[in-house]
Amino acid sequence: MSTATVSPASTWDRVRTFTPPGRYLPLIATLALFIGLFGVGGMRYDGLSDPQVLISLLIDNAFLIVLGVGMTFVILTGGIDLSVGSVVALSTMIAAKTLQMGWSPYLSIAAVLLTGTVLGLLMGLLIHYFDIQPFIATLAGLFLARGLTYLISVESISINDPTFTSLAFKTVYLGDYYVRWTAIIALATVAVAAFVLARTRFGRTVYAIGGNESSAMLMGLRVAFTKVGVYVISGFCAALAGLLFALYILSGNSLHAIGMELDAIAAVVIGGTLLTGGRGYVVGSLLGVLVLGIIKTLISFDGTLSSYWIRIITGVLLLAFVVVQRFATRRRS
Amino acid sequence: MTQMQTPPDVVATPEAAREPVIEMRDISITFGAVRALDGVSVRLFPGEVHALMGENGAGKSTLIKALTGVYSIDSGVITISGERHEFHSPAASQEAGISTVYQEVNLVPNLTVAENMLLGREPRRLGAINVREMNRRARRTLLHLGIDVDPRSVLDEHPIAVQQLVAIARAVDVEAKVLILDEPTSSLDADEVEKLFTVMRRLRDEGVAIVFVSHFLDQIYEIADRMTILRNGRLVEERLVSETSQLELVRLMIGRELEVLDRLDRAAPQTDAEEGTPLLTAVGLGRKNTLEATDLTLYEGEVVGIAGLLGSGRTELARLLFGADTADTGELTFRSERRKLRSPRHAIDRKIAFSSEDRKAEGVVGDLTVADNMLLALQASRGWLRPIPQATRTQLVDDYIQALDIRPADPQALMRNLSGGNQQKVLLARWLITQPEILILDEPTRGIDIGAKAQIQAKVAELAAQGMSVVFISAELEEVLRLSDRLVVMRDRRKIDERVNDDVSVRDVLETIAGEARAEEAPHD
Repeated sequence: MSTATVSPASTWDRVRTFTPPGRYLPLIATLALFIGLFGVGGMRYDGLSDPQVLISLLIDNAFLIVLGVGMTFVILTGGIDLSVGSVVALSTMIAAKTLQMGWSPYLSIAAVLLTGTVLGLLMGLLIHYFDIQPFIATLAGLFLARGLTYLISVESISINDPTFTSLAFKTVYLGDYYVRWTAIIALATVAVAAFVLARTRFGRTVYAIGGNESSAMLMGLRVAFTKVGVYVISGFCAALAGLLFALYILSGNSLHAIGMELDAIAAVVIGGTLLTGGRGYVVGSLLGVLVLGIIKTLISFDGTLSSYWIRIITGVLLLAFVVVQRFATRRRS
Repeated sequence: MTQMQTPPDVVATPEAAREPVIEMRDISITFGAVRALDGVSVRLFPGEVHALMGENGAGKSTLIKALTGVYSIDSGVITISGERHEFHSPAASQEAGISTVYQEVNLVPNLTVAENMLLGREPRRLGAINVREMNRRARRTLLHLGIDVDPRSVLDEHPIAVQQLVAIARAVDVEAKVLILDEPTSSLDADEVEKLFTVMRRLRDEGVAIVFVSHFLDQIYEIADRMTILRNGRLVEERLVSETSQLELVRLMIGRELEVLDRLDRAAPQTDAEEGTPLLTAVGLGRKNTLEATDLTLYEGEVVGIAGLLGSGRTELARLLFGADTADTGELTFRSERRKLRSPRHAIDRKIAFSSEDRKAEGVVGDLTVADNMLLALQASRGWLRPIPQATRTQLVDDYIQALDIRPADPQALMRNLSGGNQQKVLLARWLITQPEILILDEPTRGIDIGAKAQIQAKVAELAAQGMSVVFISAELEEVLRLSDRLVVMRDRRKIDERVNDDVSVRDVLETIAGEARAEEAPHD
């Protein structure tokens, strides 16, 4: 190995000449952006440098983090899932309605998760076996899930179930700071997803399909299983995100989460995952969500800016990241 | 004329004592009305390199795909070590010990070398992939094959040749009994081919049966022990390489007498067009990181050959001349008009045609018919508001199918069902129909058989004789030398030599390229 023959350099030299592998660059860029925004905000506004703000970011965006995790799987294979926002709405509605009907909260949770997973499975099967473009298949899913939500109830149903409300408000104290269960579930989802993607055959096959699907098939990998699998995961994550959203907002409403799929896609892309598939990390998507969240927080701290600035800045960031990625990948090839 | 000879070394073991590891008997495969394989039998022996020979469309690819489980066979028997098998998926074939390396590297560019070698069979511990063990295993296999690559590096950081070797490393890591190499050498340079052969010999000596497909006869004679010759989906003969002369082999492959090859020799009429009108003059044409400033003049009725290794800038030059890439520096003069080419459309308006080296991605539209493919460029230059009259269409297409001997001679055949050689002829026709003044052909004969090659070369010579200016690019030096009136030699993204082709030999050109290399290396010493 060449590293063995290199004369021992000073620690400083190694730090100075250290270049992270190219594939981590987008991730590092997002991290730097987040730290930068947080730092600038901390200097401008008192109270923003409080670590509790950081934790609150996780709590307020728990559902979006989970949504981003599912979306990352899909995008890594080179696909897209437009249905997730509607599935979130459908999930809040199923939860609210079943609880109103007096179901056990656990049965209600199971029903929500099952619905999301089955929807994901159906879309996955459609995409793989009928060779329908993910965009179209999941667009159909978007309308279907939203329609089903209206079918259950056109009016908002509030959630009063004691198990749900206690889960929603229960806090876990870490010294002086507190965190809610929703944030812990979101982080756990990220951890599990990161492990699955990095260290299981299923996860590596996801990357392989994104890299070159026909190669993956010729290599004898389980392409069909994996391709359908990512939509199942995305459906499950959307349902779980729906539950977290229901806990956050404590109601089921057919107007919930309109356009949330686009927030999830934006977070994934800002997190450094290539829309063409094959490159990206679920941790990046977590960072992407946090970047979007901190922008929101900064604007609300400022108080003078209107909320539509959130959209404008998100748009600019998205564009910037796509362009940067374009350059990064062009340099490689 | 079979003369009896003493059997050479490769078959020193009496054949009766050796069991073929794979025997395919009476294999037939039909696609629609086309009989792609018709009762073909092949035997593969352990420890032998077996060349599969035949023109394009002879059935080599189909046969390989039958063996790798991509296609299911309609009739016939495949036995592996005496046991009957039927494959319905690539995975099943791989499990039976058959590994394949295709012409295009079929790996995933975004994962590491080690992952590419072990995807789908990674060592695991407690359900998780054991990355350390995976890298260790990959390194061991690479070392064993004498391939010097860091298993942790990402695949697309490496040149195609290395990726090809990694693909082989993946194939043999399963302890394959049979290794199929489908045109692995078509994009490699001589050094890289030698490296590949070293690996192949090592595997052969370990008892692997290797199936080798290549259009380069010299390579077949260097590495193969035995060959099976196919023609039009049928078995012609199984032969020992050492007992078959190249001439005989070509005769068996094309099944005609050698008139085609004669035609090949007469291909270059050697016009001295240097005095004619310059059609196009490029001065200092260049592009950052792509091509250093290059001068080039194209005259009427002349074939300019561009020689150089892969990556020497020959394709890049062609793309700049056509406006497929935009030049940063230099200027182009057409006849007497100075112009910048910002897009291929500008070039087409100036009657320049360019046939790309990447037939699949930049030429063929597989789902359209032969006729539609041929008329694409003409229709594009007329604009969509002026359709080509039906009668003209039929006339043009029929003319070119005949002139270029395209098979099947069916204008309504789907392009993707044609063999590589015939697809190339259709692409040539596409540009000829637009009646260009300058025709740029980038690797028009790559991966196609001798018959089609000869026809294309003859056509090129004919076109030049009629006054067209042709730029001919090919990795095969012999071909460039045979056809061109003037020769441009490229290396490291610049032009290093230009001369009139008065019997320039391959050796001369190689020395020009190598000499430049030596001069460059000297100061580093």
